[in-house]
Amino acid sequence: MGDPELLRRLLRAKDRMDAASHEDWPVRRLARVSGVSEAHFARCFKDAFGVPPHRYLLTRRIERATALLRETDLPITEIAYQTGWKSLGTFGRTFRDVTGESPSVCRDREKAEPTTLGLVPACFVAAAQRPDLTIAVSEKRRQEGSGTNSTEEPEGT
Amino acid sequence: MSQGIGVVGLYVRDQDEARAFYVEKVGFRVHTDVRNGPYRFLTVQHPEQPSFQLGLFAPGPPVHDEGTAQALRELVAKGAMPGLILHVDDCRATWERLVAAGVESTQEPIDRFGNVDAGFRDPSGNGWKLIQLGR
Repeated sequence: MGDPELLRRLLRAKDRMDAASHEDWPVRRLARVSGVSEAHFARCFKDAFGVPPHRYLLTRRIERATALLRETDLPITEIAYQTGWKSLGTFGRTFRDVTGESPSVCRDREKAEPTTLGLVPACFVAAAQRPDLTIAVSEKRRQEGSGTNSTEEPEGT
Repeated sequence: MSQGIGVVGLYVRDQDEARAFYVEKVGFRVHTDVRNGPYRFLTVQHPEQPSFQLGLFAPGPPVHDEGTAQALRELVAKGAMPGLILHVDDCRATWERLVAAGVESTQEPIDRFGNVDAGFRDPSGNGWKLIQLGR
């Protein structure tokens, strides 16, 4: 199915998003990291990792924001900017759409819960708390709005 | 110590490349490198950890059929194998040495609650964290 050499280069693009999820990652930039044409990058990435690159980046931003909500007392506005959002409104809405709760509710709950995750290295904690975003955020919004279960995901890149 | 875990292995895409990477760049030593036909048993060790060997194994015959070997090569290249952790006394110094040697960094050193961690990958796609535990 996949060419391991290509997959290894796609992994490099994924690693770069992981290392700097607050930065902008247009397809052109990711394609250059992977040595793949812009036209093919998103398709190749989704085939390799199961989600389109922009949605992968979104899960990393939400994961990072969740960690900052839990582990720091930074204002939510500051967390929004540090994790790559340009407006607090977009951050709050997207966070709620993906996780089902607002950043402030998430913070209160996380801080109230005792955790045993201190025994786990930080990289594994981060991975464990990454949202499992298998559908597009727009689709998730639509489903929750209409209360139906759609089966097909609209393809976006 | 006479009991304990002796060898744990990684899958690598090319054993010559992996041997050069882990010995010349990371600083491990070769413990065993023997061949029997197409099969090559290759292990390396951390210089301060003589009771443990890290196997560097290539998917393929005679252990795997071609379909299985291809699936394993893909998984390794996608970074899907479990993450590895190397404990170090000085994370920043180690990370800088590795990067200077041409190792692919995945994360610059970050302070977290008194520990320092960084990340790198081997040429095959296996991911490592370098962790310096706070004193």
